Amino acid sequence: MSDYKELIAELVAAAETPAKTIKKSMEDTGKKAIGCFPLHIPEEIIYACNYLPVGMWGGKTDLKLCDTYMQSFCCTIMRANLEYGMKGTYNFLSGIVMNAMCDTLKCVCEDWKIAVPQVPIIPVVYAQQRKSEEGIEYMKAEFKRVRHALEKLEGRMVMDRDVENAYEMYEDYRAAMRDFDATCVNYPITMDAYTRHLVIKAGFFMDKAVYKEKIKAITAGLKAQAPEKFDGIRVIATGLLSEPNEVLNIFKENNIAIVGDDLAQESRLWRTPGRDIKGSVWEKMALRMADQRGDCFLYEPDKQRGEMMIEMCKARSAKAVVVFMMKFCDPEEFDYPIYKKELDDAGVPHLYLEVDQMIDSFEQIRTRIQAFAEQF
Amino acid sequence: MEETKLTSKQFLNELTAKHYDGALQAKAEGKPVAWAVSISPQELFETLDMHVVYPENHAAAIGARKEAMKFIDHAEGIGYSADICSYARINMAYTDIPHAEAQDIPLPDVVLCSANICTTVMKWWENLAKKLRVPLVFIDTPFNHTYEVPDHAVEYLRGQFESAIKQLEDFSGKRFDFDKLGEVMKLSNATCQWWKAATDLAQFTPSPLNGFDMFNYMAIMVCMRGNADGHKLFKLWYEELLAKKEAGLGPWSSAEEKYRIMWDGIACWPHLSTTFKTLKKYGINMVTSTYPESWNVRYETNDLTGMARAYTVNYANRNLDFGTDYLKKLVDQFNLDGVLYHSNRSCKLMDFRQYEVRRRVEAMTGIPTTMFDGDQTDPRSFSEAQYETRVQGLVEMMDKRKAAGR
Ligand code: SF4
Ligand code: SF4
Repeated sequence: MSDYKELIAELVAAAETPAKTIKKSMEDTGKKAIGCFPLHIPEEIIYACNYLPVGMWGGKTDLKLCDTYMQSFCCTIMRANLEYGMKGTYNFLSGIVMNAMCDTLKCVCEDWKIAVPQVPIIPVVYAQQRKSEEGIEYMKAEFKRVRHALEKLEGRMVMDRDVENAYEMYEDYRAAMRDFDATCVNYPITMDAYTRHLVIKAGFFMDKAVYKEKIKAITAGLKAQAPEKFDGIRVIATGLLSEPNEVLNIFKENNIAIVGDDLAQESRLWRTPGRDIKGSVWEKMALRMADQRGDCFLYEPDKQRGEMMIEMCKARSAKAVVVFMMKFCDPEEFDYPIYKKELDDAGVPHLYLEVDQMIDSFEQIRTRIQAFAEQF
Repeated sequence: MEETKLTSKQFLNELTAKHYDGALQAKAEGKPVAWAVSISPQELFETLDMHVVYPENHAAAIGARKEAMKFIDHAEGIGYSADICSYARINMAYTDIPHAEAQDIPLPDVVLCSANICTTVMKWWENLAKKLRVPLVFIDTPFNHTYEVPDHAVEYLRGQFESAIKQLEDFSGKRFDFDKLGEVMKLSNATCQWWKAATDLAQFTPSPLNGFDMFNYMAIMVCMRGNADGHKLFKLWYEELLAKKEAGLGPWSSAEEKYRIMWDGIACWPHLSTTFKTLKKYGINMVTSTYPESWNVRYETNDLTGMARAYTVNYANRNLDFGTDYLKKLVDQFNLDGVLYHSNRSCKLMDFRQYEVRRRVEAMTGIPTTMFDGDQTDPRSFSEAQYETRVQGLVEMMDKRKAAGR
């Protein structure tokens, strides 16, 4: 059975060419697209409104136009998104949905309205008091507000049952991702750092109903093989996202596999399942946020992130944690001293890489990764 | 008789000492001490007679005393990135090296966070709670991307206030006295009224208020607006300024007010004297900022929902349209000649809207503006030469505009 390998190659290629993939997804489904800014976005609602939700996680580009809106000490992911918006790259989108989980996002939300007027923005503000009754009530109202904004944008009404169906589909997608992620642990050669990331990333540019079936087929294909014998170093990745891709190739060169992650762009989006309860879809969506753990963008006074990574290292026989620290991302930066101490105390080594999407020279990073690999 | 001679400046210093001594003494007596964010619903803490210290005030004092680097170096050593708000870096370091020449504060037994000024404080306070193993009382104030506060956000806040009261009752072991809360609400509103009235006197030309004084008095607005001392201070300050205004006196005895500007952002505490003297040298008085309104937290007494709402409508938590309208209003009311924007390396929420606000305010009002690089407490981000050049440039533009008859 080699077709799972073909599927892997297909998804890697899809993720390597986002614009082309999105265009194809729009043609295949006949849907218009809505851009989803980083972190949690209620994609179910967008999907229920018959739009194709697509991910907007920055990218490498010259930064010029955005400098009229923000100082250079802003994270490159937001500078890139604004730059693309101002350049017109996103004009094919019917709108964007953005949350306000960090101070930078709040500002970009405001700047976007003026800098990119041709692409309407629908902000969504999640409750940080995720678990309390008032927080859940607020989230239900906020999700409905987003639906209303999308209904107005599209000029059609969307029923609760449409959202319920979309939610069920997304639950299935998230379950498929969890199964895929758990399966990859045994196939660190086929699912090397680069491949694993791109297969996951492809989902941002495709209809999740189509994508999840491909993921299920890949998972089944992998499971049919004997677990791979890997003599390299297994690690867990944490941070916002594990880019630039060149860095992942350096991991591969050094025989380092990422066997699990705590990344905002990857498992934090799907590691928490919805509760099996009777309530409305709005309640289910709110409770799913309430149940998230160890996500640095969501309020958590007991900060379980370090503990969770230590457990994951044990469960997946990972020897170390790799921190992809997005330059200027202060919520991520705040968590670091806390989990650093926990990792140190637990004897789990970590490699701290300060990254941004505009890096062109990888020599320093290569040297650091090589030195890191030598200690094992 | 003594009392009448007391100046507000002396009283301010007395109150500052009383505030910190009270907290240190409480700790020494085994009573609980709290740390809170600057625009917190102090009414709740005041009702429970809690001893509350404000880390932002404390970090500012450390900055002004020029001892920030000792703490900043330590924070960076334990993994705090230099990109993180310098108040947070200083304060997190203080939890490890709890001594500052500027002022000592007791470590907290509970930490109170209201995120209306930024999301940064949510992360900072989480770290305090985790590191010091103390409970965290958190008020989430959803960012208002719409001009007005949405109803569901007000409901959410009201619910959180009730939850916070419950959490504080559990912590303190005391029953919350709502009659007392009513009294504190009344007093707090009255104090805010004096604060606003005092800072509004700067609308007169010349302004009796030297705006840099506002930075100092603000610290007491943060920590004492709900008690009799704070109320007395701001009434006294108002009376002094009114007397000055009636005598036709300007901000300084040694120089005349020639230009009136707004300062956007926090002070540069480590360079307070340089930033002040440079302006004064040119006869520039900073007559206002967004702060007078930020601490003018007003609502009806006994209206907990109104109070909850009042804590989410501060400048930082509002959208850009509101921000520009507000600044335009200040330009008109305070008869401003220019605006000086502090591009504060620490404060992303203030920074990344500033360029557009600046463009809009210029377009709406025609007054010149300038911007300089700095940081509220990290001394490394500020350059005296750049500041001086920018201020000079502003003076030239203001002169040109004046010559053209406005
Ligand atoms: S600061 Fe971090 S979370 Fe915020 S927009 Fe930038 S990368 Fe995203
Ligand atoms: S300076 Fe800015 S980032 Fe720091 S605590 Fe104040 S508002 Fe928040």
